[in-house]
Amino acid sequence: MYLETNEVVKQYANHLALDKVSIRVPKGSIYGLLGPNGAGKTTLIRIITRITAPDSGEVYINGQPSKAEDVYRIGYLPEERGLYRKMKVGEQAMYLAQLRGLTKKEAHRALMIWFKRFDIMDWYERKVEELSKGMQQKVQFISTVIHDPDLLIFDEPFSGFDPVNAAIVKNEMLRLKEEGKTIILSTHDMESVEELCDNIALIHKSKVVLQGSVFDIRKEHRTHTFRFRLFGHRFDLEHPSFQVISMEPYHEFLDVRIRKVGETSNAELAKLIFDHFEVVSYEEELPTMNDVFIQTVTN
Amino acid sequence: MSVLGLVIQREYITRVRKRSFIILTLLMPLLMVALAFVPLWLSTLNDGSVKRVAVIDHTGIYAPLLESTEQYTFEVVGEQEEQEAEQQLGGELFAILQITGDLNKEPRSASLTSEKQPPQDLQSLITRILNEKVTSQRLDELSSSSNVDGETIAQVRTIVEEKGPVSLRTLRMGGDGSVSESSTEMATIIGMVFTLLIYMFILLYGNMVMQAVLEEKKSRVVEVMVSSVKPVNLLIGKIVGIGLVGVTQLLVWAILGGVLFSGVSLFLASPEQVTALSADVGSSYVEEIMSAVMGVNWLEIGVYFLIFFIGGYVLYAAIFAMFASAVDSEEDTTQFMTPVTLIILFAFFAGFYSVSNPDGPLAFWCSLFPFTAPIVMMVRIPFGIPLWEKLLSIVLLYGTFILTAILAAKIYRVGILMYGKKPTFKEMMKWVKYK
Repeated sequence: MYLETNEVVKQYANHLALDKVSIRVPKGSIYGLLGPNGAGKTTLIRIITRITAPDSGEVYINGQPSKAEDVYRIGYLPEERGLYRKMKVGEQAMYLAQLRGLTKKEAHRALMIWFKRFDIMDWYERKVEELSKGMQQKVQFISTVIHDPDLLIFDEPFSGFDPVNAAIVKNEMLRLKEEGKTIILSTHDMESVEELCDNIALIHKSKVVLQGSVFDIRKEHRTHTFRFRLFGHRFDLEHPSFQVISMEPYHEFLDVRIRKVGETSNAELAKLIFDHFEVVSYEEELPTMNDVFIQTVTN
Repeated sequence: MSVLGLVIQREYITRVRKRSFIILTLLMPLLMVALAFVPLWLSTLNDGSVKRVAVIDHTGIYAPLLESTEQYTFEVVGEQEEQEAEQQLGGELFAILQITGDLNKEPRSASLTSEKQPPQDLQSLITRILNEKVTSQRLDELSSSSNVDGETIAQVRTIVEEKGPVSLRTLRMGGDGSVSESSTEMATIIGMVFTLLIYMFILLYGNMVMQAVLEEKKSRVVEVMVSSVKPVNLLIGKIVGIGLVGVTQLLVWAILGGVLFSGVSLFLASPEQVTALSADVGSSYVEEIMSAVMGVNWLEIGVYFLIFFIGGYVLYAAIFAMFASAVDSEEDTTQFMTPVTLIILFAFFAGFYSVSNPDGPLAFWCSLFPFTAPIVMMVRIPFGIPLWEKLLSIVLLYGTFILTAILAAKIYRVGILMYGKKPTFKEMMKWVKYK
């Protein structure tokens, strides 16, 4: 585990922001931190980044209790983020890089690499206020990763990016993961969670209500619904092991969705259908993370 | 460089580089010197023309003594041409000096007539010449009518001519019995200038700190910053960085002002200029100012000024930053800032009135109360006050600052990351307890 929080509690004047929150983030993985607005994600991130201290509970980084110097090993891109409007882009990036513990020389070298990678060398001497929001986001992203931190925390990293730039950022995140960095991704974009995350924690009303690998969670939340396509226009099989949800003709085929009931195994169900019909395709419908999210939060 | 150093550096450099700062810093001393000297200079200015003054002297004693200067030519006019002269008055003729009798016996028998109010320098020029002559006349009379011997009269004459008039020196006795030259006017001026400076800087730079905190919060830069800088460092960096901008401005003003001031003084004190100035504003006046300036213990006043300047600034800057961190916009600061501004304004007026009574109860208490002390104390120091008062005031000021700074840091730390509803003062006090 690269990062662990153990029963972290944070109480504000009139509400409990975090209630015994424990998460475990494996090294070299992307970890999704999900939850509705106001659930406590930002508070948890602020505790991990040592911006605020928990009332009780501990944070461990690489097995050690978190300490002040750890901020240099963390890169944090906050959801609400800004830059000094009157400063030049290069100057600003240099400033942020130096604040994150780089020397002037190191900062300059790292900046050159990232500015070239993002193809924004021309902006170096421009003032921040002249940049579009997307451009500012790129500078923000760079300033988050500039000091080569081991733990990266991205809060809504794709907001303000067009699809092309969002893809660039996604690729950068995957590349960082390849390099062995540990990444925490907090977002409402469930598609990118499915695409990027290995594990997630869902925080709802200050508590972790769901935690585990994305695949496991989707598997656990499956509704045992199967979707298949067969030749012909009739599906007249009746059996106690399933209920038909819908049938829809599609050209020469028929698309059927059924829900498995009782103790029948998937293999038995498949055999039953494959024995009676000529099947073109057959799959179990796994719920999307979006479904899981809504289902968990509304229950 | 440490994180705090970086923050200070950025706060400092971005401000010092601003065009508005450079212009204000360079222009202000020019403006001040201009304000001080332009009226004086204007008074010496003439329109370049030589003014003619007709002298109608019935006695014939005085007219030959009136020598023409660069500005005025004196022309002796006969009694019969009086009518003619009067007609020319206001045209070719600037003024008519009429002496109808022996001034020795009838001192009121000289008159100066002109269409406009005659300038001060013409009046004093004529008065001086006539006075000298009258004095000499009286001495002559004394020597002829009494049996005082000629040598004594000659001595008296030298004394009268060469020894200047009385000028009252004011001295100040220190607690240790040492006596030093003092000048009440000088003390008043110094006190007012330094008080005004501190007042101005607290308001101006306190506001700058407030704007800086608000700007960081509004633009959400602070969210990015706090992940690598501790809020308390961000706060200290801001206050110190902006404070250094203020000190820089002061230094530039002091140096530029000093250079300009002494340059202009030297120019004005040069012999030609002194004669050009009216007789009263002669070298003795300049000398007097110089001796008053020299009599001031600049080092002591300078050190106290720095101590109170820094103490006052950091105290108020911490308060300004604290309130700015708690709100989202300028409009919301009013509620918190109004009482603070009122205290500063009160301190300024207290300082203003303390000038006339620097040892009165208002001056005394206000110079100890930490929130008014930086402004009021500077009025009193040039007048000389006991050391214990100064020390007590400094201890109270810095002690209050430390307590305020701790409180401000705690509120700031929470405030900069809070958005939405404007907190009440009570809520802010709850933040102090947050871990």
